Amino acid sequence: MPDATGLELIAHELREANPDCVLGTVFFRGRAVVLADPPHVHEILELLKAKGYDFLASLHGCDYYPEEPRLGVLYELLDMKQVDRITVKARVHIDAPQIASAVDLWPGADHPEREVYDMFGVEFEGHPDLRRILMPEDYEGFPQRRDFPLGGEPVHFTYNEGQYNGKSG
Amino acid sequence: MATDYRSREESITLSSEPVGESHELLSLNMGPHHPATHGVLRLLVTLEGEIVRDLKPIIGYVHTGIEKTCEDKSYWKVIPCVERMDYVSYYFNAMAFCGAVETLMGVEVPPRAQYLRVIHMELNRLASHMIWLGTSALDLGAVSMFWYCFRERETILDLFEMSSGQRMHTRYFQVGGVIEDIPTGFAAKLRKFLDAMPARADQFAALLEKNEIVLQRLRDVCPLDEKTLLGLGVTGPLLRAAGNPWDLRKAAPYSSYDHFDFKIPVGTVGDNYDRYRVRHAEIYESVKIIDQALEGLPEGDHITTDRKVALPPRHELATSMEALIHHFKLVTEGFRVPPGEVYYPIESPRGELGCFVRSDGSAKPARVHMRDPSFSNLMATAPMVKDAYIADLIATLAMLDPILGGIDR
Repeated sequence: MPDATGLELIAHELREANPDCVLGTVFFRGRAVVLADPPHVHEILELLKAKGYDFLASLHGCDYYPEEPRLGVLYELLDMKQVDRITVKARVHIDAPQIASAVDLWPGADHPEREVYDMFGVEFEGHPDLRRILMPEDYEGFPQRRDFPLGGEPVHFTYNEGQYNGKSG
Repeated sequence: MATDYRSREESITLSSEPVGESHELLSLNMGPHHPATHGVLRLLVTLEGEIVRDLKPIIGYVHTGIEKTCEDKSYWKVIPCVERMDYVSYYFNAMAFCGAVETLMGVEVPPRAQYLRVIHMELNRLASHMIWLGTSALDLGAVSMFWYCFRERETILDLFEMSSGQRMHTRYFQVGGVIEDIPTGFAAKLRKFLDAMPARADQFAALLEKNEIVLQRLRDVCPLDEKTLLGLGVTGPLLRAAGNPWDLRKAAPYSSYDHFDFKIPVGTVGDNYDRYRVRHAEIYESVKIIDQALEGLPEGDHITTDRKVALPPRHELATSMEALIHHFKLVTEGFRVPPGEVYYPIESPRGELGCFVRSDGSAKPARVHMRDPSFSNLMATAPMVKDAYIADLIATLAMLDPILGGIDR
């Protein structure tokens, strides 16, 4: 992990490339987070990748309900040579949940982005094949959102067949 | 419930083009209930004769929404839930989650607990590799390997039963340490197992590596270079087989892994044989780690003495009012975790297992996400088996070692 000073230096470097791209930084429990402006997240990822953080360890979503902007997309980047990690976090509004896809930088972002779309409804622009991955294709709603009720899914058995008109949920 | 599967899957495009004019492409479903898929995995394969031209993994058949369930449980009740994600390496799931919560709270784990965790994690790694080796050899037609490997696994599960009362999904790791100290007789039984295991691994190697069929099925089959693997986010034995010695136990030691002397096996070309060899060599290294951890097991507490986090010892409840209050608070509401986010990565038998936990200050996590290595590693299947024989697809999938419980969560 870069220390708090290292994180500020990285943020400064990113701001030099584009003054609007970084909204802020968080350093908590040894984890360095760059808060990215969603339209510029691809730029930041590209710069960090060139800086050596060239392994996308994880890409996941998070719902910050009731805070706005609600939906967060987190990129856990790893520099294997320096054994250093940095997180890029971009938060988008639930009404306009669009963000640039990172598949062109890391082909491995494919399935994780589909999962974030499936669970939170974040739309990754430029993703080659954005569709549901874990839930059925005809499923409605985004189950990992905080306002999605828990345990509201009816279970299909032979006796209640037809009761749901072929619709799940 | 009439469901039109065709219209559901209209969005799936199969990119391959036929090579010759006379060749016809055939789309074939492998799974979800194919014994060689190691779980409920469905592969939509485009074949030209016997050659795989394209492959789309379709997952989600065992998706049970564990991450969602975790958001409705207090922190200590999440542990048994996350253990059921990657159901073959449950200790690792528990470790990733406990490590994340400990980081959030700033809880110090006593040295004895760290060593006990290492012992159980490495035993779990052995058990996981035993399942992998047994089922993979079974896929290649070596039926007897399955029985030998499961015999070793039984011994390990017996040890788990001794220390925690459960054979699988043990809930042994707790936030702040482990639930109980190891019982009398555990060390002796473990020692016996450790003495036998390297010789057993030698026997496995003798059975497989001198077998012409196994060698022909594995050597130079479906290699993938390091750069592609890194781009796809592949970690663990698959990446090490391609020559990259990345292992979090060495690179960023956690739970006192830096106290132990062990090596990281790496491969050279990254074919199926290397993938087999790397995991096989890891068996010896795990035995070495457990041996050192058992030898140097420090005295002391097996769980943190912070009563706000860990349950007080049972005998205190009868005499101490304060212990009773702590006990009551912990089993009803559970402990509260300061708000924040952490990502805690560890090295599971399949690669980087990272747990992301977000706390909003309450007694329940606001988000739990597992970065499961199988989920990322599965994406490497298609580039690996492109233009290979369909029989090699089975061998490659076996060497990939995906656990669908971890992929679907």
